[in-house]
Amino acid sequence: MTEASLNTFKGTAAQEEKLQEVIAKHKDMPGALLPVLQEAQGIYGYLPIEVQQMVADGLGISLSEVYGVATFYSQFSLTPKGKHRISVCLGTACYVKGADKILAEIENKLGIKSGECTPDGLFSIDSCRCVGACGLAPVMMIDDEVYGKLTPDQVGAIIDKYAEEGGK
Amino acid sequence: MKLEELNKIKKEHEQIVKVRKLIASEGEKLAKETGYRKQVLVCGGTGCTSSGSKKVIAALEKSLKENGLEDEILVVRTGCFGLCSLGPILIVYPEGAFYSQATTEGVERIVKEHLKEGNVVKDLLYQETVHEDGSIISLSETAFYKKQLRVALRNCGVIDPEDINEYIAVDGYQALAKVLTSMTPDDVINEITASGLRGRGGGGFPTGRKWSFAKASQNDIKYVCCNADEGDPGAFMDRSILEGDPQCIIEAMIIAGYAIGAHQGFVYIRAEYPIAVERLQKAIDQAREYGFLGKDIFGSGFDFDMEIRLGAGAFVCGEETALMTSIEGNRGEPRPRPPFPAVKGLFGKPTVLNNVETYANIAQIILNGSDWFTSMGTPKSPGTKVFALGGKITNVGLVEIPMGTTLREIVEEIGGGIPNGKKFKAAQTGGPSGGCIPAQHIDTPIDYDSLIELGSMMGSGGMIILDEDTCMVDIAKFYLEFTVDESCGKCTPCRVGTRRLLQYLDKITEGKGEMEDLERIEELANHMQSSSLCALGQTAPNPVLSTMGYFKDEYIAHIKDKTCPAGVCKALTKYEIIPEKCKGCTLCARNCPVGAISGTVKQPHVIDQDKCIKCGLCMSNCKFSAIHTH
Repeated sequence: MTEASLNTFKGTAAQEEKLQEVIAKHKDMPGALLPVLQEAQGIYGYLPIEVQQMVADGLGISLSEVYGVATFYSQFSLTPKGKHRISVCLGTACYVKGADKILAEIENKLGIKSGECTPDGLFSIDSCRCVGACGLAPVMMIDDEVYGKLTPDQVGAIIDKYAEEGGK
Repeated sequence: MKLEELNKIKKEHEQIVKVRKLIASEGEKLAKETGYRKQVLVCGGTGCTSSGSKKVIAALEKSLKENGLEDEILVVRTGCFGLCSLGPILIVYPEGAFYSQATTEGVERIVKEHLKEGNVVKDLLYQETVHEDGSIISLSETAFYKKQLRVALRNCGVIDPEDINEYIAVDGYQALAKVLTSMTPDDVINEITASGLRGRGGGGFPTGRKWSFAKASQNDIKYVCCNADEGDPGAFMDRSILEGDPQCIIEAMIIAGYAIGAHQGFVYIRAEYPIAVERLQKAIDQAREYGFLGKDIFGSGFDFDMEIRLGAGAFVCGEETALMTSIEGNRGEPRPRPPFPAVKGLFGKPTVLNNVETYANIAQIILNGSDWFTSMGTPKSPGTKVFALGGKITNVGLVEIPMGTTLREIVEEIGGGIPNGKKFKAAQTGGPSGGCIPAQHIDTPIDYDSLIELGSMMGSGGMIILDEDTCMVDIAKFYLEFTVDESCGKCTPCRVGTRRLLQYLDKITEGKGEMEDLERIEELANHMQSSSLCALGQTAPNPVLSTMGYFKDEYIAHIKDKTCPAGVCKALTKYEIIPEKCKGCTLCARNCPVGAISGTVKQPHVIDQDKCIKCGLCMSNCKFSAIHTH
């Protein structure tokens, strides 16, 4: 556990209470770890080492086992995500229609790379493998909203819209 | 639940669904009897939801209220109709009027002009359904639907997936009733074996045999699992079935449970499919409420229940042993086989695992018999297959065709051809485990065996169409990047092999390749195929081998001539202005992010190759097609 991550973890008592409820609910179910981590990420937005430790203690397994699972699946993030999560589909249907150019444009616009978060915490970018909206390729998602049939020149205006709302 | 109760529910709801299947004149009469003059079916699948069908439904309901029609018109939110690129889609019955790309404004017109005044709004219809003389062509007669045969998708876009009564109205749970009241487990397995049904997840293993192995394993506890971890990027048929007809999967899993002697089922589904998860959960709750899940189903003494487990984003979990390891709560790594899951599967117990589309065929086979099933498709691959058609094709969407349909029929007729007058280059099937079918094999009838012969595979059913602008080396690289990301790392041939393969491709696309690299790739690929632990590593070289086999000249062009014929690979692409075509409008120079273009107004411009970052902005902005790549 690094000093930096200790300093940055800001879990609240209410969050912890929720997590303990989740652990109690799943404790005796076979294969509980995945569902617990999924709900834990729902509560905290990510899975810092402190949360993993609580899960390990709660389920009576080792931290290394929890960490092993948390780092195996791409759904889990050990670092915080932005307030708005931008997710660019790099599935095949989107790729052949130029999704890489969409991703490059977003990275360029926000000055960060895929997998990173802007310094103000407003945006994070990830690439994903197929949201299943292949009819609209290329596609990106911002939070739960899907933007389809994109061209690189549309991307800036869409992000600006969120930046304005987020700035308020 | 008893058979009489089931039939009673069926009778009560039958007519309302029948309206959607009859031709207009008969439908009209029937519609009056149901109490609803007209029905509006709106697609609520992921494709249409992404293109705004929620807003369209809200506008529709609001407009119906304002016009006082809410008691005469029934609005049904269905699953996928298949024509995803034209969403949001809505269909009005009994006419069968097919409105595509619906907007909130359009909906207001449809309510007023069509639903209220009775005049179909022709300019908003899917244009393929409007005849030159203005008459409406039935949807099943359009090029997109004509050659399709819907078995697995039979209820998608027809019933409300959140209403179990509608499923019962279309013979839902009749197969389960038949199985539990009149068939032995062996009868069930024999019927499925006789149908020749093969696993629709890609491998094509005979389903009946899989079930018989699991039945033969002696154990008090066994499991039935459904693989809904549709990881092939560009494939979405399993999701569409779960969104459009979740009950048919539940029914099939109960039947499988009865056949092998299992009482518990698990559906492992991608967390990235929120709509499918929600509908499946609702469907399970309803099935439990009606007594299809639980104790003593149909008074037969047979118990069965099931639950959902969410995947967490790992492609390898589509592999059967990895999927089970993941349900057990571990890192989703595969384990060596044997023992096969039928002997030692989930939690160490005998387990049957089938894919969503495979299950979607089960109830129909039980109801209609194996002879009916083998009458479709080819002798070795009976039945139909659902494909997610995507990429450079006009009609992007979901198509279900009898096995043995040719690729040409899919591309040119159902798919509506390649947009922008481009030429068909290849179809990629089987995703990261598959390969491509080039233009010279476009007349191949598609089934499991013909695809393997061509060096590709059925896979789960993703079919990506590539046109002349696609670089085959780049596509192979795309899939390798995917498998590098998704290799779980457990075995060396896959973990290191995928990386090394990608390095060779990187080298080639950067213009640093040598002819010897092609031999090295082949040698490495052979090792990976023979020594990787699971199918992910064994099939990972396929996209490279397949493109190298059919498009070797492109590889050689990259290596020897240092050019990318399709103009995709940046390091090998040079953007140039054709002086004769350039009007000197300065648009390119103003848009160039690095100031690499110079020239005076009304004079041909020039690109400074040292500064150019090959972003392609100049080319996409040029109004005179004066910029080309080579």
